[in-house]
Amino acid sequence: MRWRFVFSEMAIGLRRNLSMTIATILTIWIALTGLGAAWLMHQQTNATKDYWFGKIQISVFLTKDVSQPERDAIRSQLQALPQVDQVFYESKAEAYEHFKKQFKSVPALVKNTDPAALPESYRVKLKDPKKFPIVASAVQNMPGVDQVAAEAQALKKVFRLLGGLQNVMLIVAAAVLLASILLIFNNVRLAAFSRRRETGIMRLVGASDIYIQAPFILEISVAALIGGILASGAMFVIKALIVDHGLKAAFGGILTYIGWGAVWGTVPYLILAGVLIAAVTAFGTLQRYLRV
Amino acid sequence: MIRLQSVTKVYPSSARPALDDVTVEIEKGEFVFLVGQSGSGKSTFLRLVLKEDKPSKGQIWVAGKELSRLSHWKVPALRRQIGTVFQDFRLLPNKTVRENVAFALEVIGKPRHTIAQVVPEVLDLVGVAGKEERMPDELSGGEQQRVAVARAFVNRPMILLADEPTGNLDPTTSVGIMRLLDRINRTGTTVVMATHDSHIVDSMRRRVIELEGGKVTRDQSRGVYGYAR
Repeated sequence: MRWRFVFSEMAIGLRRNLSMTIATILTIWIALTGLGAAWLMHQQTNATKDYWFGKIQISVFLTKDVSQPERDAIRSQLQALPQVDQVFYESKAEAYEHFKKQFKSVPALVKNTDPAALPESYRVKLKDPKKFPIVASAVQNMPGVDQVAAEAQALKKVFRLLGGLQNVMLIVAAAVLLASILLIFNNVRLAAFSRRRETGIMRLVGASDIYIQAPFILEISVAALIGGILASGAMFVIKALIVDHGLKAAFGGILTYIGWGAVWGTVPYLILAGVLIAAVTAFGTLQRYLRV
Repeated sequence: MIRLQSVTKVYPSSARPALDDVTVEIEKGEFVFLVGQSGSGKSTFLRLVLKEDKPSKGQIWVAGKELSRLSHWKVPALRRQIGTVFQDFRLLPNKTVRENVAFALEVIGKPRHTIAQVVPEVLDLVGVAGKEERMPDELSGGEQQRVAVARAFVNRPMILLADEPTGNLDPTTSVGIMRLLDRINRTGTTVVMATHDSHIVDSMRRRVIELEGGKVTRDQSRGVYGYAR
């Protein structure tokens, strides 16, 4: 394989169809950004869900002056309920540790909080999170109970928002992806037509299919690669703007957030998906429009 | 070298066959004229030998291979043994003479040092030495056809197919091209040339296969263009 020759043919093609190449890069960029963003949303939702739904659905906060018999009564009442799966006790000290972890991004808040100010609580895991009201009403008025809270209920809104956003992203991505596939199809067809003289001679002198088709496929793959790199850049912008500045500002420490690792994790998939979609579309188009 | 056995070719758009039960054998090293009017089947003959099309009926052997049994991916190897020249030269207008000839070797993956050595040799052989860096549109028709012959011959094929190679050239220039094809034939290359040009056929006195309405009406060694007329 004379790669030098194939690459020079590819470069000629890229320059010749510059406007179409730019259009391809842009649509692939947008399509992959939509896909990647939806994937990030999905991971963000999962990260939060895993944390909250995996551990605790209800917190039963106890009053400051709760007595030991009251504690025991509340625990046995909770454990007696058929809807309850597990009950964990969280002491004041544990509550402070947990608090520190949640708000490690806001050190000032942690510093100004008295460890004794945080209430002790029972953390209750339900068999079915939807049965929350039954459990809540069973212990709400017992002596020693200060407040029954279901963080998970409050978070449902966030999940719904993220889920909706994710679906919108997926629909937009699918539409733009279709557009980019059609664009690649046309782009390759046009390129094959404008170079039919060259390809005709190549066929005649006995060039193999790979030699004839490689410049076209490489050409569009390079466009897709650039689109994939741009989309990867967009992932970092989305993480910074939507997750760090949007969600974190709005919900603070009650959510778990995806880190930069998750963003880096999307990069190879985006680039691979872009190049693969482009190469496969180009290959299919060539089978039809570049008779070998 | 080339053998057609009861070959019929019917194009879907036409009721009349382009080739009708043609049986022809061409030996290695022969020089054969394929004559006949437009539409008599000359070009179909050449296309079938190149496996650009497949026959509707019959079998074709080229360089020892039966073409219908040749798998798709072996077709390039077949075409590397066949050089082809056309009436309209088919040079790439944006490449120089040298690049046009080198292109034929580049696309079959020949190493660069081979190309650098072989291309000047063949350009010298066809008689356009010194014009390596010219563009095709700076050359005369005869010179362009010489470059096209150089491109067809640079890989030293066993067979050279020429479809009306002198069709666009004046008589004097045509004689030059014929001398060139004759020289190539003398190196042992089988040459099959489709032509309308009676003067050339008459002056060369080589084997003549005449096609009419897709049938072979005459196959004569040391023939002339149209003795019946």
